[in-house]
Amino acid sequence: MALRELKVCLLGDTGVGKSSIVWRFVEDSFDPNINPTIGASFMTKTVQYQNELHKFLIWDTAGQERFRALAPMYYRGSAAAIIVYDITKEETFSTLKNWVKELRQHGPPNIVVAITGNKCDLNDVREVLEKDAKDYADSIHAIFVETSAKNAININELFIEISRRIPSTDASLTSAGKGFKLRRQPSVTKHSCC
Amino acid sequence: MNEEYDVIVLGTGLTECILSGIMSVNGKKVLHMDRNTYYGGESASITPLEDLYKRFKIPGTPPESMGRGRDWNVDLIPKFLMANGQLVNMLQLTEVTRYMDFKMIEGSFVYKGGKIFKVPSTEAEALASGLMGLFEKRRFRKFLLSCTTFDEKDPKTLEGVDPKKTTMRDMYKKFDLGQDVIDFTGHALALYRTDDYLDQPCLETINRIKLYSESLARYGKSPYLYPLYGLGELPQGFARLSAIYGGTYMLNKPIEEIVFENGRVIGVKSEGEVARCKQLICDPSYVPNQVTKVGQVIRVICILSHPIKNTNDVNSCQIIIPQNQVNRKSDIYVCMISSAHNVAAQGKYIAIVSTTVETSDPEREIKPALELLEPVEQKFVSISDMYAPTDLGTESQVFISRTYDATTHFETTCDDIKDIYKRMMGSEFDFEEMKRKKCDIFGEDQ
Ligand SMILES: Nc1nc2c(ncn2[C@@H]2O[C@H](COP(=O)(O)OP(=O)(O)O)[C@@H](O)[C@H]2O)c(=O)[nH]1
Ligand SMILES: [Mg+2]
Repeated sequence: MALRELKVCLLGDTGVGKSSIVWRFVEDSFDPNINPTIGASFMTKTVQYQNELHKFLIWDTAGQERFRALAPMYYRGSAAAIIVYDITKEETFSTLKNWVKELRQHGPPNIVVAITGNKCDLNDVREVLEKDAKDYADSIHAIFVETSAKNAININELFIEISRRIPSTDASLTSAGKGFKLRRQPSVTKHSCC
Repeated sequence: MNEEYDVIVLGTGLTECILSGIMSVNGKKVLHMDRNTYYGGESASITPLEDLYKRFKIPGTPPESMGRGRDWNVDLIPKFLMANGQLVNMLQLTEVTRYMDFKMIEGSFVYKGGKIFKVPSTEAEALASGLMGLFEKRRFRKFLLSCTTFDEKDPKTLEGVDPKKTTMRDMYKKFDLGQDVIDFTGHALALYRTDDYLDQPCLETINRIKLYSESLARYGKSPYLYPLYGLGELPQGFARLSAIYGGTYMLNKPIEEIVFENGRVIGVKSEGEVARCKQLICDPSYVPNQVTKVGQVIRVICILSHPIKNTNDVNSCQIIIPQNQVNRKSDIYVCMISSAHNVAAQGKYIAIVSTTVETSDPEREIKPALELLEPVEQKFVSISDMYAPTDLGTESQVFISRTYDATTHFETTCDDIKDIYKRMMGSEFDFEEMKRKKCDIFGEDQ
């Protein structure tokens, strides 16, 4: 089965639950005391989609979103971006548009965007109407879901939807132009100078 | 930012970002700020192309032939990574390499008698090379073998040479090597910029030759690597490492004052607020009164629509013009990369010429290199001062990095990092210190 590596980056204000969403997806657990700034370096999970395997390489912000100091490297080569807000905090929904703008500026042109309203388990203190968010997502042709990292609601569905939206053959990524990763034990084809 | 930090770092150049990463990984609380809106300072790759035109005050906008501005990431300082060098070691130990993709530089060339020759990378290439005559080749081969098997701790391999006393000049004599071979060895393999090394003990030179041949052995075509999207990815990668270990990042922060108490740094003032710290790391631009000028480098960024002549149309290469060949004291370098590295629009090449300034007419000094590149579509010339700290930081606890020099690799940058680490921590830098302290890689790749 063909394996495709898909980089996915997370965006959104501090505290909306980005790290918790990734943690739920990759490790299927939830830590209410997750360290607010310290992130994970590199997270992966492979899921089957039709006759392909999609290996998600997930980039978390590691706190660099706090003062809007994400580096262009963060967006580089992403197949999808998950932009998260907190349904119990109106201002995290208003800043969503800035993250979309930032993504348009630095991200790849054909990136799949998913707008994610997290903490949907806290419906009684909701400040953002589902319909308003859905309308906004539709207006920018983005995926829309409400999730709960805490109660494992819609987390897998979010990634399945991303798989569905990603173009089936991406010629630009399979071209010979790709570089390589440095490995600890690189190829030891023996050449000697002279 | 009204908090107390162990270390504040000013400037997001490569040196500062690597040190920031090391400090965070080792549990220090770090605040890292830059006055610019982007990462990288002097080691940034400029994008889009329009910004490069503005930066160099080229009138108008880039012509249509330059393609899309966003496809360009132009380094201000040309360098390659030695495949077996210290920076690659740091990238691997910290796993920052996971954030980046690399390509090999396809060839290394040396200038002799007005022409350029490939630095041989295989035995067959060496035999066919026009760089030296047949007898010289044999003697040179013996010399190389002796260098690569040289082990400081094993006297049997030394063949009567005292690595700490015998000069390199005497070492060359011992192997009966001629001037051309000496030039080629010292400048294209040991990568010295001047001939001062000849009268130094030979150990350093032998180690450099070993580094070259071990780097070459790793990937084959040349000893050099280059990251896709430009060198500016390197500081960004180490900044991410620092952030993952709790480092706080702020860009676009005007730095108003470095605050001292009894001659010792206690904080940094920005936008009216003071962040307190015990130690400060910064690049020379943040402390103009605590650095001294140590020289000048000229760098000319040239945009071409063709590969460099007589290089077999490689998409990337280095050309070294040894000082002797052009009656100078220091070598001239050309580093070329292209659209294959996601740094230029399709079909475009970026060749950067650089050297240490020796006269009052630096543009004239680099003419032999420019002649190799003709025709050049657009040139961007910079002549920049190099600075070094006047103060080692023992009293003030302010640790200042050195300006990037004219070398075309990162070995001297890594030496500076190790030196600053030692002054800050009071102990020798150990690469193991950079290893991630906890498991932070999850999923199938852990
Ligand atoms: N009730 C609830 N709390 C959540 C949920 N997701 C995250 N949190 C909490 O929100 C806070 C911030 O989460 P975190 O993942 O660190 O957010 P980040 O800054 O966007 O990475 C933490 O206290 C989490 O426990 C959720 O789905 N429901
Ligand atoms: Mg987080």
